[in-house]
Amino acid sequence: MTRKEQQILELLEDDSRITPEKIAVMLDMKQEEVEAKIAKWEEQKIIVKYNTIVNWEKLGYDSVTAMIEVKITPQRDAGYDTIAERIYRYPEVQAVMLMSGGYDLSVLIEGTSLRAVANFVSEKLATIDGVVSTGTHFVLKKYKMGGVILNGKSDDDQRLVITP
Amino acid sequence: MTTLTEWEQRVSPTVRNMPPSGIRKYFDMAAEMKGVISLGVGEPDFVTPWNIREACIYSLEQGKTMYTSNHGMLELREAISGLYKEETGLSYDPRSEIVITVGVSEALDLAMRAILEPGDEVIIPEPCYVSYQACVTLAKGVPVPVYTKLENEFRLTPQELEAAITPRTKALILSYPCNPTGAIMTKADLEAIAEIVAKHDLLVISDEIYDKLTYEGTHTCFASLPGMRDRTILLNGFSKAYAMTGWRVGYACGNKAFIDAMVKIHQYTMLCAPITAQTAALEALRNGKSAMEDMVKQYDQRRRLMLHGFREMGLDCFEPRGAFYIFPNISKTGLTEEQFTEELIKEARVAVVPGTAFGESGRGHVRVSYAASVKNLSEALDRIGKFVAKRLR
Repeated sequence: MTRKEQQILELLEDDSRITPEKIAVMLDMKQEEVEAKIAKWEEQKIIVKYNTIVNWEKLGYDSVTAMIEVKITPQRDAGYDTIAERIYRYPEVQAVMLMSGGYDLSVLIEGTSLRAVANFVSEKLATIDGVVSTGTHFVLKKYKMGGVILNGKSDDDQRLVITP
Repeated sequence: MTTLTEWEQRVSPTVRNMPPSGIRKYFDMAAEMKGVISLGVGEPDFVTPWNIREACIYSLEQGKTMYTSNHGMLELREAISGLYKEETGLSYDPRSEIVITVGVSEALDLAMRAILEPGDEVIIPEPCYVSYQACVTLAKGVPVPVYTKLENEFRLTPQELEAAITPRTKALILSYPCNPTGAIMTKADLEAIAEIVAKHDLLVISDEIYDKLTYEGTHTCFASLPGMRDRTILLNGFSKAYAMTGWRVGYACGNKAFIDAMVKIHQYTMLCAPITAQTAALEALRNGKSAMEDMVKQYDQRRRLMLHGFREMGLDCFEPRGAFYIFPNISKTGLTEEQFTEELIKEARVAVVPGTAFGESGRGHVRVSYAASVKNLSEALDRIGKFVAKRLR
């Protein structure tokens, strides 16, 4: 990976709507070259997805997010991966990560209500073969998601407006 | 001649006669309006990297609040000495050939007061930073401007330099990469200047505050050229490379005679640079490199965006290869640089600085700073483009 290729990906990661034309100008490259690299990375799943972070709360949609600590006994021949897959196949599951420390899997799920989340945990998650225990923590407030501050103070430029 | 008030009459004539700042008017205009995108800022839009701020906070928690030696913290001077040894091969003895100052601003003032006698001439290539003329004047010297030209990409030529030298010329101020033009001088360019400097036995003050913000080739430190070390007072700091403008810490390196003279003044006027700022600067040198390189990379991307943008508008713009300024020629709009600046603020709500604020040779140009987010730069280019399109002839 050349430094320019890394910069293309960094620019896209920061703002997925940046045009290949603009990237080409900023990195002193040809537009076709930038487009070709992006297409190749999409195919190779190096660029996995272009995301948009929406602050649904501002629209009045209240969803419930929970972080669940899952302790599991690893399966013969498959370790943690098989159980992780059974969990992450559920669409309500946003994230699954294998963790060091006092529990094994961290599962982030989003549901329409407290009851929906509680039902998911008790009916679908806790019943999986190999799951020993679950600890459910409900998210009370989101401050920063995906590297973006949600409701923080505005990013106003605090510098003096003109300086030599 | 306007009548002076009783109190104005008591102000030193030297100070009274100094011209007012060319940017104040636009500052006041822009400060009153809402939604102005300011591209008139001479400081980074980045905040000082966290590890540097944290080192300062920790030092305060530890109670480090006392004076340092006049020369500045020894560890910081040693780090600077090591840096120059590694990057340029130059050897400065940290004990006697380096002084930590309150920004490069103070170092410049000290250098002037240390070497100038009344009537000594100092050659100042323009367009240049607003302080040079003022510091020479305040030290009772005579500033001698040299107008660098667009066709030379605002580099100082040996012919221009030689033409300005008189029997009273004491020193030359070099400042590359340059504020406001974004111009750089290559090694070959500087060697040609060094030849004239040696021939006429001049001193050189080299303000290299933007050295790390060089986007083509590597920066050449003037003092590292053969024969230049002892006659050069090298000024540098942390404000631009590490986004530490408000901390007020910089340094000067030079032979012992000059540094001794500068410390003599400094010990009475400032005593020492702030200990918190010096601590932070040390952290910047030790652990700030990757953050600095990341900022430089972003400036470079923005630089290309701005150059492309101005050229697309049909304006003449040479490619700036240093600092974070671009200096387009706006004469095709039929406006003067002052009219352009004023109308741009009022109509398009974008603030820039007229080239004449930096000297006569800035006529027909405006200085546009790209120390702003890509989002703001794109929006500003869009607004400027519409403004220019209406007026192009």
